[in-house]
Amino acid sequence: MNPFEYAQPNTEAEAVALLAERGSTVLASGMDLMPLLRKSVVETERVVDISRVESLRGIEAVGGGVTIGVLSTLEDIACNPLLADYPSLKDVNEGIRAIQVQQNGTLGGDLCHLPNCWYFRSGYGLLGRENGKSLPEIGDNRYHAIFGNAGPAKFVSASRFAPALIAWGAKVRIAGPEPDAEKWLPLEEFYQTPKTERHGVTVLTPGQLLTHVWLPSAENKVSATYEVLEMEGLDWPLASAAATLELEAGRVRTATIVLGHVAPTPWFSLVAADVLVGQPVTPQLAQAAGEAAVSEATPLSENAYKVRLAQTSVKRALLKATNQLEGGL
Amino acid sequence: MSGSSKTPRSGPGFSRRSFLKGSGAAMAATAIVTGAEEALVADDNTVVSGPKEITLNVNGQDRKVTVEPRTSLLEVLRDQLGLTGSKDLQDIYVDGADTVMVDGKATYAGTTFALQVEGKPIRTVESLRDGRNLDPVVTGFVKHDGMQCGYCTPGFVVATRAFLDQNPSATLEEIQKGLGGNICRCGTYDGITKCALELAKGGA
Repeated sequence: MNPFEYAQPNTEAEAVALLAERGSTVLASGMDLMPLLRKSVVETERVVDISRVESLRGIEAVGGGVTIGVLSTLEDIACNPLLADYPSLKDVNEGIRAIQVQQNGTLGGDLCHLPNCWYFRSGYGLLGRENGKSLPEIGDNRYHAIFGNAGPAKFVSASRFAPALIAWGAKVRIAGPEPDAEKWLPLEEFYQTPKTERHGVTVLTPGQLLTHVWLPSAENKVSATYEVLEMEGLDWPLASAAATLELEAGRVRTATIVLGHVAPTPWFSLVAADVLVGQPVTPQLAQAAGEAAVSEATPLSENAYKVRLAQTSVKRALLKATNQLEGGL
Repeated sequence: MSGSSKTPRSGPGFSRRSFLKGSGAAMAATAIVTGAEEALVADDNTVVSGPKEITLNVNGQDRKVTVEPRTSLLEVLRDQLGLTGSKDLQDIYVDGADTVMVDGKATYAGTTFALQVEGKPIRTVESLRDGRNLDPVVTGFVKHDGMQCGYCTPGFVVATRAFLDQNPSATLEEIQKGLGGNICRCGTYDGITKCALELAKGGA
């Protein structure tokens, strides 16, 4: 690991000033960052440890919704009564089967987690290119994207909470780059698909810090997340789907379906939502929504199996949200 | 939420001087400092650029160690304090063999910087023995044959201790979910799970 300096700001304003200089990196728990630094996949001149910034902690009721500070741990999210009406978040928690990650991993760390693409993690960059060729395209792409993969980015977005949060209509607050600057973005606009190695996986620029996530009221809505895990323990999902439904007299009034781990960003499925609106959720309808969700998938050479997993994730998320998912697999 | 963005002149902050020292990007820094220096105040403690002596509270004792910004907690424990129970698997960071407790929370020491845990109580597997008295988790591992080669065992023991502290009456399913962050290549999960389940039922 190359040497770098270590900063521990006490306020958001200090944090964004420290981050404004190119080559600065945010540190939350370190579970993602430390291995990347050690392998020189990520290089930095300054690590900014935000753990002393108290304003980034806490889960609070705001209006009819809830605001979650990015330093909230997964355990905080699982246990907080204010989030009891957002079961799709709890579903994500259930799949993360490590007390170390539950007690130390933060929401901000999950949302900004860098891709698990093995070419990226082996030092070939986010796009995984060598001698002008895309390694994920010609190599082992079993864990790569089946949507949004026509451009140079073939990895899948790593965040496990983003699909559920986006399905809830979450917004995120970004502070900086000026000391008092702040803006709110829909979470889906926080992510971007990089076209060159100069782009990141989020829209954050030097001096900007993700500080809070806001969830709208959960009133009259049901939700669920379904993740397909290859094994237990520390695995990342092969595919996931989050559904948030507004039901009226037993029929779907509005539906938001977001898939995870299938594209370089969390992936909205408007076509699946269209199938649902106006209908009661039945196993047949859930199946049809799953089929619609993957109708435009473009798998790579070795990951066509993920199409079926994504389809089933959508179906099971819908059945789970409406208490119709029985048994295990 | 952003009410604390104006730092008072006398409060904590980072210094303009150490800020400018940073990494040779003085041009960028100058632009920022010009705009922000009124709001930001000197405190050299906020930025560490080289070796620094800090005090870590390990197993109830304050220990002085010298760390660099890049030094991991695991390196300090093993190389400076001689606490070699926590194991290092260089390239597989999240295998759990490096699990310690920080503030009572199960933590991967290999992905934690030493500077992150300054001032927090740290417990390693070595703390689970007091003279001839062993923590029930340790005796439970022995009783249920929860080890084979033994490499993952110290981290697994600490994770189990932290898990039971948090979930004193856990079910089998909760144990399997909670302890998924530790990997045993020998496959001794059955014994470890039995140990945790017995302690959860018996109250330990």
